[in-house]
Order: sequence, then structure tokens, then C-alpha cells
Amino acid sequence: MLFKIPLRNIRRSLRDYAIYFFTLIIGVSVFYVFNAVGGQAATVIVDESSRDIVKLLSTVLSGTSVFVAFVLAFLIIYASRFLMKRRNNEFALYMMLGMSKRKISAILLIETMMIGIGSLAVGLPVGIGVSQLMSAVVANLFEADMTNYKFTVSTDAILMTILYFAVMYLAVMIFNSAAVTRMKLIDLIQSGQKSEKVRLRNPVLCVIVFALAAVMLGYAYAKVGWPDDTFTPERLMIYICMGCVSTFLIFWSVSGLILRILMSIKRLYHKGLNTFTFRQVSSRVNTMVFSMTVICLMLFLTICALTSSFSLRNAMNSNAKELCPADVEVTLEYICVGDDVYCNDLDTFFGEAGIDPTKELKESVRYRQYKDESLTMESFFGDRYEEAKSRNNRIFYSRLEDVMAISEYNAVMKLFGRAPLALDNDEYAVVCNFSQMVGLRDEVLADKPDLTVFGRKLRSRYDKCVDGFVSLAVDYENIGIIVVPDSVVAGRATHSDTLVGTHGITDKVERAKLERKIIGEVSDTIDFWTHKIASEREGATVQTYLWTVGKSEILTATVSMSAIITFLGLYIGLVFLIACGALLALKELSGAVDSITRYEMLRKIGAEESDITFSLFKQTGIFFLMPLLLAIVHSFFGMKFATYVLEAFGTSGLWKSIFVTSAVLLLIYGGYFLITLVSSRRIVRDKVY
Amino acid sequence: MELLKVQQMEKYYGNKSSLTKAVDDISFSVDEGEFVAIMGASGSGKTTLLNCISTIDRVTAGHIYLEGQDVTALKGKELNRFRREKLGFIFQDFNLLDTLTGYENISLALSIQKRSVSAMDKRIKEVAEQLGITDVLTKYPYQMSGGQKQRVASARAIITDPRLVLADEPTGALDSKSSKLLLERFNYLNREFGATIMMVTHDSFSASYAGRVIFLKDGRIFSEINRGNDSRKEFFNKIIDVVTLFGADISSVVSGEETHPSQGRMQRGGDVSDAL
Repeated sequence: MLFKIPLRNIRRSLRDYAIYFFTLIIGVSVFYVFNAVGGQAATVIVDESSRDIVKLLSTVLSGTSVFVAFVLAFLIIYASRFLMKRRNNEFALYMMLGMSKRKISAILLIETMMIGIGSLAVGLPVGIGVSQLMSAVVANLFEADMTNYKFTVSTDAILMTILYFAVMYLAVMIFNSAAVTRMKLIDLIQSGQKSEKVRLRNPVLCVIVFALAAVMLGYAYAKVGWPDDTFTPERLMIYICMGCVSTFLIFWSVSGLILRILMSIKRLYHKGLNTFTFRQVSSRVNTMVFSMTVICLMLFLTICALTSSFSLRNAMNSNAKELCPADVEVTLEYICVGDDVYCNDLDTFFGEAGIDPTKELKESVRYRQYKDESLTMESFFGDRYEEAKSRNNRIFYSRLEDVMAISEYNAVMKLFGRAPLALDNDEYAVVCNFSQMVGLRDEVLADKPDLTVFGRKLRSRYDKCVDGFVSLAVDYENIGIIVVPDSVVAGRATHSDTLVGTHGITDKVERAKLERKIIGEVSDTIDFWTHKIASEREGATVQTYLWTVGKSEILTATVSMSAIITFLGLYIGLVFLIACGALLALKELSGAVDSITRYEMLRKIGAEESDITFSLFKQTGIFFLMPLLLAIVHSFFGMKFATYVLEAFGTSGLWKSIFVTSAVLLLIYGGYFLITLVSSRRIVRDKVY
Repeated sequence: MELLKVQQMEKYYGNKSSLTKAVDDISFSVDEGEFVAIMGASGSGKTTLLNCISTIDRVTAGHIYLEGQDVTALKGKELNRFRREKLGFIFQDFNLLDTLTGYENISLALSIQKRSVSAMDKRIKEVAEQLGITDVLTKYPYQMSGGQKQRVASARAIITDPRLVLADEPTGALDSKSSKLLLERFNYLNREFGATIMMVTHDSFSASYAGRVIFLKDGRIFSEINRGNDSRKEFFNKIIDVVTLFGADISSVVSGEETHPSQGRMQRGGDVSDAL
């Protein structure tokens, strides 16, 4: 008997709340899949450097799992309490028949246990299946091949999933038992008899609150979307709080106003079942302002997380191709002994040590950069300095500008396969690709101002910056190089000396090996110099500034970053989407159960079945759309801020990411919408109820 | 003019082993502008008859004609359309939507028929006036008394100008004062606007407001009496006589008590609440 009742209950509620069990199963499988990513990756990734990244990835994901577990726990506890409230009549009957509260608790306990075991028993196999697909995703992200792939099951992930969900279900049991102890028979019996009281909020108050919320939200949008110099992380928190509060207030006031507005449009309001539909929506929205707010904010986070992670990944991968056209770069600024420069050219640096990195390279180029003590960024901006400073105070304006000779610049461009520059003997050009800097510099260059470099007065060749770079990178981070005719820098002291070259090897493992060898040799040279100086001048302090870049190395770093970001975005985004969808679906379905008699009445007074379906469609649609619409508006400004922050990575792929995000959103959120519509349709059609 | 014609209608429930004849070969007709009451005890088949006429249920045999159209031959969408346009329903438990105001409950019946919005307001006010519910139009059902709710429901039933108004125990959930008020309104609608009303009841007092009473017993027509030129009280006495004859529903007699103290107080079991 103690097992029969729970089993029967589950079977019965499976029909109406299939969506709840469905969500639990998805929750379990998503949890498993992301915790098993490490194990999956290990089978397809063989090289050492990527392995470390996979380890980092698993650590990050399992850390995130704690947060995800909290979200899921909240969802499960909320949903189960909500489902329990719906069963008051059933509990009343048990108590009338003389069942003790202890026994009711036991029934609920067994129910939760059955649901828990059931969801794990279904969810884990699904998760194991899906995680095999994940191997392909990992292989794609890390550009590994699938030849080593074999079917894997991660015991750690299984144990972790079982542990986390066991704790969640335990919490549900505790909550349920507590609720049972507090039950009073009279409340249970009367719970079903309350007829709906319609409360309309004071319209004047609603308008005032709405205006207030709109102003507050507008202010926060403006501050976040177009940050000025007063912007600090602490302020960002304030703006976020303002956004949350105004979201709540907007839902509060709109739910009070929307019906009045619709009522005033008589033609719409009295069309078909609209009167019923709008009343239905309004009475439901009134009672769930808070849930709507939470759902809206979660959707907002989801959209931002998905879009930024996808666009960051896209940008990083395409940047690496564009901004890393050579394989190795070695830059020597100086070797100093005390305050004296001991060596600052690569010929000496390599020659004395007896090495020649160019031997290993197919093609290589040398270039030098210069600094004019009187040419700072501040002097470049000239009259516009104050304005630029007020617009962007995070730039180090007293920095000396980098200067390069045109012939060397063009040699680098030839190596990179990029277009060369042409300058007349009295001209200069500015090469820059960090977009915030480009914006500021373009305003100065628009007037084509003259510039004095090493005492020579030069005209500006262009009225804006030239897009370009000379140093290998994965971001758009060149804040500006001034390219001048060779004669301007002839004979001047160099500031840095750079060797950049390609080796022409395509095999991934081989090239990484070669790059490591070259860079290792170069780094070892520093030891040679340190020893040499130590033997010459005892007790002298040696300072070296040497900079090496290997393409394989920075690409691996990029790939790992982008993989971690993608997985994080997907993980959090998916869980939030599921949570939102499930919350809305449960609310909507319980609303349908409450309204069964109303639909019966509609049928009795002659409403067509198709009209009723259309009314349900509108109701569900409005429910799902309301939080989504506000979330999309939020996201617009949120993404504006994100693109500002992530500017160095480039935002060219933004539309593509928005497209992918919309697809994910449509699939999951839209899926929940459809399931809700179909289930509620079945509920109101079910006359047996 | 003949509006409704029921011809040898039968309705059986159950299977071969246990067959229940809910309605067993009934024939009668209702003229336009008539106010007919169908009386009978629980299980006499009166609700089944009403359900078949209203096309909610299907007949086993026989025909039902409304304005010469055989409603038993209608299917699917035609049925909905027929119900919507030709019939008006009044239910025992009002069937008002609790989230809508009185006004909206009435207007919904019009919007379901896709009537134009412009004429709606005037028509609703008119009907509300006729039923004496003008001041409860802005109220929600939970703010109304039972009698007000039933009159709003009646307004909803007649606002679409149905050919036939079907009332299923309309006074069943009302106290005697509200019942009287409602029935007087029915009479008024019938007399002044020529509404054809068919009311199912087990209560002699309610039936006495009709112009004709058809008595059902065990699925068959047991008797039928016309009011003719009798006063309501005389008609009530005649009904009581018939009821006593077939020995049904004693409780319904009790509700006539206030008008006929001569009738002894007879109460039996669960029916008392209905009577009071």
C-alpha cells in the first residue's frame, strides 16, 4: 500500500506534468555531459599541451557545476512544492480516511525517491549517449582528429551526478515533510473552493511606477551601453541592480495596465474569445510578477552568455588566422648592465652566442622600432588631448610613440602577405588596429595634421589610421605605430630590434616542436650573456628585455580559452534556458488545470474547439513572450556593453553568434512553448478530470 | 407555429446485458412563443431529453426537428454552429466565468458568434434592463448573489436571440425568493418578447410559471397539462395533483408551501435542502 499509492500518483501526474519529469531528465543528462567533457576529451586529444587545457577545462566546468546545481535545486524544490500544492484535495482525502501525517510524509518520500531514481535511470544513459557526440565537439574545438575515439563512460561524472542530484532530492524530501507537518485539514478541504478574486491595480499608480521604472531602466541602459569615464565595476553593480529592480517594477505595472489598455480597444477586446483570453492572462500575470522577473533575468543572462561566448570564440579563431601570419617572432629591446645599454641589436645578440635562428626559417625579416623623446601620445593628440582624455582615461598618454621606417614596414607586410604602404619623402602614416584607439586617432588625423618626428616636419598621408600590425598576436591590440620615410630614422638609436619569420612546416606536432626549439635556443642565449657579463664585470646587475612568440603556442592558448568559454556559455545557457522553460511550462499547465471548468463553460455556450485552441495559443504565447521580449531589450544593451569590453577581440562575428544563439533559444524555449501548448490543450480537452 | 418537434425519440444507455432506457419513445412538440416545463423526478429522463434536444447528446432512435431542420442529422461544426445560433442555455450552476465581469460574461456570447462590436453595448444594456441586472454588470460573479448570477446567465442565454431557450433546473441553486424573481423574469421575456423557453425542473413551484407542463416518468410521458386561463395558483394546484398521482418527488411540494399552507409539511432526506 505504501508503494502502491506513490506509484499510482506518479503514473497519474505523469500525464499532466510530463514536462517536469522531462526537465529532470534533461537536467541530469546536461549535468553528466558537461562533467564528462574531460573524460571525453582525453580520448580524442593526444598532444601534451592540449591535455593540460583539458584538465583546466574539466576543473572550470566542475566548479561551475556547483552553481548549476544550485539553479537546478531551486528549480526542483520550487516545482515539487508547487506540484504538492496542487494535490491538497488528495491529502485531505487521506487525512479524512484517517491516514497519519507521518504516513503521508512517507508516501511523499517514496514518491520523491522513485522520481529521483527514475530521472537518474533515464537521464544518465541519455547523458552518456549525448556525451559521445560531445567528443566530436571537443575534437572540433581542439582541431584534433577522431581516429582515437572510443566509447567512453565517465564513472567520476556519473558519481558526481548521482551525488549532486541525491542532495537535491534530499532537500526536496525535507521541504515536503516540513510542508506536511504544517498541513491543516480545514485548509486542505477549503483550498479548492476559493473562487478567483479579480484585483485590478490602481491604474494611476501603475502608470507612475511604469514611468519610474522606464526612466530608471533607460538610465541604466545608457550608462552601460555607452560607458563614460565615471564607469567603474562598482557602478556596474549598481546599474545591474537598477536593471533588476526596474524589471520587476515593469512587470508589476504592465500586468496592472495591460488589461485596461486592451479593454479600451473595444474592437479587439470583444473579438472572439479575446475577452476571456485577456482576462485569463491578466489574472495569471498578476500572481507571477516575481517569477516573470526571475525568468526574464535568466533569459537575459542566457542570451548574453551564449552570444558573447560564441562571438568570442569566433573572433578568437578568426583573429588567430588573420593576426598571426608568421610563425616565430623574437624582439630584443635591450640587455642593460646597471643603467648602460650593453647590447640592443640582434646581430650581436645572436652572433656572439654563435646561433642563427634564421637558418631554421624559410623566410625571415628584421625590423627596428624607434622612439623620439619629444613624441608622446599626448603630443600626437595635440589640441585634442584633453578631449581624448575625457573620453578614455585608461590610455597611458605619456607613452612614447613607436616609430618605424617604411622600407622595413613594407618588408614585414610582404612576409605577412599584406598590402604595402607608399610614402613620399615628407609624409607619415599611422598604423593601428585597436578599435578604441583607432577611433581617437582618426579624429586627430581627419585634419591631416603635421607631425614632427626626430626634428623633421612631416605631412599626414591619410586622413585616418591604416589598419595593420607588425607584432604577432591573437587580438586587435596594436595601439599605433608611426611609419616614416627611411631618411627620418637613419642613424638614430634603435629602441627595439625584431626578427620575424616563417618556417613553412604544416604538420601540427612538427611545427610546435620546431618553434619550441627555436624559442628555447633564443632564451638560452640570455644565459650565455648573463655568464659573459658576470665574468667581465663582477657584481653587476643585468636586466634583459627579450620577447618571443611562437604561433603554435599562442594558438593553443587561444583554442583553449575559446573552448573553455564555449563550454561555459553553453553549460550555463542551457541550464538557464531549461529552468526558464520548465518554470513557465509548469505555471501555464497548472493554470490550465485550474481553468478546466472555464473551458467547459466556454464549450457549453457554443465556443468552437478551434477558437479555444487559438485562445490557449495566445495565452501561452503571451506568457512565453513577455519575459523574452524584455530580456531581448536587456540583451541589446548588455551586448552593447559586452562588445565594448571585448573590443580587442573584434566583433565581426557578432551577427553569426546572434544567429546561433537565436537558434538555441528557439529550439529549447520554443520547444517548451510547444510542449506546453500541446499539454494544456490536452488538459482542457480532458473531460474526465 | 410549431418550432420544436420531438418524434419517437429514444435514448438507451449501457450494453446488451444491462440496458437502461433513459428516454423511451417520446413525441411532443413546442410552438413558437411557448413556455414549457418538463417535470419529473430524478432519473425520469428529463435531463437526457434536454441534452438530446440541445445536441449535447445523441439520440438512439427517432428525430428532433427545430424549425423543420432535423438536428439529429447534424455533425461536427454544424452542431456547434446550430447550438451557438439557435439555442440559448441556462444551467443550474450558472456557468459564469469567474474572471469576467457580468457585462463581459454576456458580451462573450455575442463575440463567440462574431457579432459586430458596435451594436453590442446597446443590446447588452437592453437585455440587462429586461432582467433587472443593470447595476451588477460591472461586478464579478463572486460579488453577486445566486439570483443575480442566474439572471446574468439568463441574459447571456437570450442576448443572441436564440430560437429556443433551454433551462436546466435554473432555480436549483437559488433560494425561494430569487427563484420567484427569476421565474417572473422568464414569464416577462416569454410574454413581452415572445421568447420560446423550455425548462426542465423537478420543482412544482417553478413549473407553475410555465404555460404547459409535460410530466415524465421512467422515460415516458406520463401526463401533460395546459395552464389555459388558470391563475398561477390554480395551475400550481393542478400540477400538485398530477405529482401526487405519480407519487414522485415529494420535496417539490414543499416549495409550494408558502403559497399553499394547506399542503402538509412533508420532508424526506436529502431533498430538503433543495426545497428550502
